[in-house]
Amino acid sequence: MKVLGFILQKEFRQISRDKTILIMMFLMPTIQLIVLPIAMNFDIKSVNISIIDHDNSTYSQKLISKVGSSGFFNITSMETSYPNALENIEQDKADIVMEIPSGFERNLVREGMQKIGISVDAINGAKASIGGSYLAAVLKDFNTNLEINNDNIKTPQGLIDVTYRNWYNVRAEYKYNIVPAILVILLTMIGGFLAALNIVKEKEMGTIEQINVTPIKKWEFILGKLIPFWIIGMIVFTIGLFVCWIVYGIISQGSIPLLYTFASVYLVALLGFGLLISTYCDSQVQAMFVAFFFMMIFMLMGGLFTSVESMPSWARGISNMLPVTHFIKVVRMIMLKGSNFSDVRTEFLYLIAFGIFLNSWAIWNYRKTT
Amino acid sequence: MNAVTVKNITKTYDKGKVLAVDNISFEVKEGELFGLIGPDGAGKTSIFRILTTLLLADKGEASVAGFDVIKDYQSIRNNVGYMPGKFSLYQDLTVAENLSFFATVFGTTIEANYDLIKDIYDQIKPFSNRRAGKLSGGMKQKLALCCALIHKPLVLLLDEPTTGVDVVSRKEFWEMLKTLKKQGITILVSTPYMDEANLCERIALLQKGKIMSVDTPENIIKAFPYTLYGAKSDQIYKLLNDLRLNGQVESCYAFGEFLHVTLKEKQENGKKILRVIAEQNGHSNIWIEEIKPGIEDSFILLSGEQG
Repeated sequence: MKVLGFILQKEFRQISRDKTILIMMFLMPTIQLIVLPIAMNFDIKSVNISIIDHDNSTYSQKLISKVGSSGFFNITSMETSYPNALENIEQDKADIVMEIPSGFERNLVREGMQKIGISVDAINGAKASIGGSYLAAVLKDFNTNLEINNDNIKTPQGLIDVTYRNWYNVRAEYKYNIVPAILVILLTMIGGFLAALNIVKEKEMGTIEQINVTPIKKWEFILGKLIPFWIIGMIVFTIGLFVCWIVYGIISQGSIPLLYTFASVYLVALLGFGLLISTYCDSQVQAMFVAFFFMMIFMLMGGLFTSVESMPSWARGISNMLPVTHFIKVVRMIMLKGSNFSDVRTEFLYLIAFGIFLNSWAIWNYRKTT
Repeated sequence: MNAVTVKNITKTYDKGKVLAVDNISFEVKEGELFGLIGPDGAGKTSIFRILTTLLLADKGEASVAGFDVIKDYQSIRNNVGYMPGKFSLYQDLTVAENLSFFATVFGTTIEANYDLIKDIYDQIKPFSNRRAGKLSGGMKQKLALCCALIHKPLVLLLDEPTTGVDVVSRKEFWEMLKTLKKQGITILVSTPYMDEANLCERIALLQKGKIMSVDTPENIIKAFPYTLYGAKSDQIYKLLNDLRLNGQVESCYAFGEFLHVTLKEKQENGKKILRVIAEQNGHSNIWIEEIKPGIEDSFILLSGEQG
């Protein structure tokens, strides 16, 4: 145990020497938590629309002003022909083209129906479908408020009036979803990959040779590497929680000790993963590359951006095999929903299992190599 | 008792494809300064790694300070000082921090064994707050030696300590080894430089994983069976080719500014024979003398016979 103390002392001394890494470790969570969630915004707020009005009637004017005042659309231009409007889409000045045909008002009044042409730029799928459905909603609203419709209704129709309320994230804001998840990703980078790089560095510099001929035991060496990064991970997590509170006003709805319990187990699992990477790599470049590979998988399949439930079943299977998926889920549940332990027990068992599995594999492989 | 015993050690790499150490046996007596002399790739580092328990041999037995390299590897680690060929201390820690770290992991302190490293450490003491990575080559090597000595090892294993170090530092380093030897530490040192062989008490000449000879440097030189001649002329390269083509010449190779030549049969007037050969080939400014062979001559001869 005494030797472990000396190793820890040495590790902390070395970490404090590397100013770049030190600054990055504490600056990264702060900056990334502040900048990224604001930049990464999936709420569609402004859709550019180009309108062609062939009718120039009272009704068409009403419709246009309704679209313009709905708050979702920017009317970027009024065009005289469809090809001109399409050009706007090609130049990325408009996302949607709405074409009001001539005889719009006449047909509506006389025949009670009229078709409108809508063309949507679907390169950005989310924006296209949301913009399209916004526009459809505006049109529907316009339709029900038409005087002729109201005049014609003789008998009131039975209506189910739907009012709904968003739970846990009242205004359905993206930041509530993404901020806790980014916190998890930061913990992953620091916990898992910095530890992996640190161990591989000893191999690359050859210092592990010198260590291996001393009476230092393997478990002492491994613990000496993992403990500092576990502590740093917890500090970063704490900083992250403060940033969430100060910048976004997100305060954990659930118990903070529960959150920390999960973070500590997750870090153990992640450090095991880092150790595992380091046993398979001989240079820091290799370790970096492997880490990047897994980081991409973690980010795109861990439920950070997209919901795991809507993935195809094989992808869901992979996603469940990632510790990060479970931790993101838990952090969201505890922070936003205020879930208690019984709600997240399955995830806890998952993380424990990952911790045991990854660490045993890493230690087994570490023994084999030297 | 022998401080180091190596018995029939064989080591291969790449699943037996590369033979690094080929059935080697030698012994180092207690308190001896023993040298492993051989070119790069002779298997020196593999032997060191086996003796320091970093590597397992395919076959054979070895023991250091009376401890078996497989069974008692923990005891070996407590009693052996190892200095790898590549500088392997923490470059981001200072000189003093490196030294105290290695002292503490061996469960000792710098003060406890200070007398052992004093002479060496005094030379780097002015830089004790400098990071190890910022030291010059010679100082790095002194620091590495201090770290290897800090726990007062019974056996010191030095893998090419003088490679890449300037001539003055090399000389100083060998002086330090002699001082350490006086304190009763057994030293096993490897070097690719033949001129350093004479500084060891006994040496093993290694070539391609095999030991060609184990003896004192004097005896190895004495065992050189031929009379050796040094030769020189204005056109030294032409002279080399001319002598090699001549039937009476056993071997001829360039050695510094001279050619080292041996003759097939022992001749009383070898000098004269060589001069005649040179003159017949039209050389001028001919200089031929009988010279004393060195370790390198023995090495070349042995590797020619056994290779």
